[in-house]
Amino acid sequence: MNVTEELRLKSKLPRGDRHRRVTSAAMTAFTAACTLFAVGVLLVILAYIAWQGIGSVSLRFLLDSPRPVGEGGGIGNAILGSIVLLLLSSSAGMPLGISVGVYLSEFGRGRFASLLRFVVDTLTGIPSIVTGVFVYTIVVLPLKHFSALAGGIALALIMIPIVARTTEEMIKLVPQSLREGALALGAPQWRVTLGVVIPAAASGIATGAMLAVARVSGETAPLLFTAFGSRFFSHYLDQPIASLTVQIYSYAISPYDEWHAQAWAATLVLMTLILGINIAVRFFTRKKF
Amino acid sequence: MMSATTPKIPSQFTLPQDQSKASFVSTPAAPAKITVSDLDFYYGRSQALFQITLSIPERIVMALIGPSGCGKSTFLRTLNRMNDVIPATRVEGQVTIDGNDIYDPGTDVVDLRRRVGMVFQKSNPFPKSIFDNVAYGLRINRVTKSKTELADRVEQALKDAALWSEAKDRLHQSALGLSGGQQQRLCIARALAIRPEVILMDEPASALDPIATSKIEELIVDLKQQYTIVIVTHNMQQAARVSDTTAFFLLGKLIEVNPTEKIFTAPDQKVTEDYITGRFG
Ligand SMILES: Nc1ncnc2c1ncn2[C@@H]1O[C@H](COP(=O)(O)OP(=O)(O)OP(=O)(O)O)[C@@H](O)[C@H]1O
Ligand SMILES: [Mg+2]
Repeated sequence: MNVTEELRLKSKLPRGDRHRRVTSAAMTAFTAACTLFAVGVLLVILAYIAWQGIGSVSLRFLLDSPRPVGEGGGIGNAILGSIVLLLLSSSAGMPLGISVGVYLSEFGRGRFASLLRFVVDTLTGIPSIVTGVFVYTIVVLPLKHFSALAGGIALALIMIPIVARTTEEMIKLVPQSLREGALALGAPQWRVTLGVVIPAAASGIATGAMLAVARVSGETAPLLFTAFGSRFFSHYLDQPIASLTVQIYSYAISPYDEWHAQAWAATLVLMTLILGINIAVRFFTRKKF
Repeated sequence: MMSATTPKIPSQFTLPQDQSKASFVSTPAAPAKITVSDLDFYYGRSQALFQITLSIPERIVMALIGPSGCGKSTFLRTLNRMNDVIPATRVEGQVTIDGNDIYDPGTDVVDLRRRVGMVFQKSNPFPKSIFDNVAYGLRINRVTKSKTELADRVEQALKDAALWSEAKDRLHQSALGLSGGQQQRLCIARALAIRPEVILMDEPASALDPIATSKIEELIVDLKQQYTIVIVTHNMQQAARVSDTTAFFLLGKLIEVNPTEKIFTAPDQKVTEDYITGRFG
């Protein structure tokens, strides 16, 4: 009896059929349960933060700067500081990261490229506190004070490898036939990359960039060594600047219940901010074609 | 007359009475647009083309036929150096266009590809609008001076590729929303828009219905007035209908190149006849 015949006969047996259905149902149930668990834990965390934080959120809390215990005060300077830090780090980290990714995928052949890829991979794995100490050494010490700029540099350094690797992966997904199509029309290589390949990968690149922003907006340790934190609205990039994460950290380890409540509220604000960035980026980079 | 001399060739392969003959008579006098001599091509270690020598006169349609995997696409892609983008490939021998060696280190490959257009075997529209697809080459090469001129050229190209009536109301919608055959015609339009001197077509009608196919064939016969065309086809009738010269490839070698009429009636090689009459391949 040959194999196909054997299979055909087997598949006719009702027991085999039932077995297959049961296995399929069990696997579906198992994966669904895992998904539910993972999403459930996340939802519980979100709900808990919202429940703890919402009570202290008010317009005044969002706009005011911190005040001594018992006088209320807010996190306006920290919100602004976080936005400044994200803008600073993105304006350096994204162009650099995207360029490295484009180089690696479109032009990166040979030794130098594999070395660069290795370096980028290693950078992704460096603990962020090390990046913070590094920037402290090369920026903060020579300038003799903490600054927003140093914080931006530290966050940018964390962003670059993430953005570079996702960009590279996304660009590799663009079919070779598209590049050939453009080259065949007499397009020089750089115009093929800029005009066809990058647009075709744009939404993927944006997703990677957004992940990097979300990742660094949660960073605290590197900021402690660089931007440091501040209890006032700061007007200069060469001065220390407040950030939501550092503010949350310092309030959370304080002994005062009022500050604990404010830390929860600041956490809620931070999460909303990240969510807002996510939605905005998705909206602006949604696939048009 | 033709079928009388060679009864073994089925009648559908004979040329229709009305077309191609008059122009064919004049073509042998035309100067060679492309000459290929002793061309070897390698993908890494494996050799895909062996000692191809061939000359393609100006303003002629040459059909490349042969079984799958015999090197037709590879040969076509050596003519606009599209194989350069595949790593580890190697070319030996010479290809000249208008007397200039295109593999000479001084050759401007970008300019070469602008002059030698290509329609690929698998259609590859850009993920852009229909209009932007056709306009791409025009914009890249700064062909047009005004927006209206650009729009006119796009319209003309779409008309030539028999796509205008279906595309005119959705020019600014995604090209990926077109059907497979429509995408193929879009790629033809895109190549035509920049008016190259030579057009390489790799099975341009493989996904087309008979009506669109005959439109494309008419277009090819029309284009011959101005352009030199090399077309790969698996369809013997199509080769017979549109081409002046036919080259038969087998296992990376050029077996025979002759006037289409001769190939389909009295080929020099026995193996060509076997292939054409469907005895193998
Ligand atoms: N990128 C590549 N790398 C390695 N080998 C290749 C590559 N492309 C083609 N080949 C090989 O070269 C030979 C010729 O391929 P080619 O695509 O030119 O055939 P073809 O005549 O166009 O076939 P078809 O009619 O199926 O399109 C085949 O043996 C094929 O496997
Ligand atoms: Mg082919």
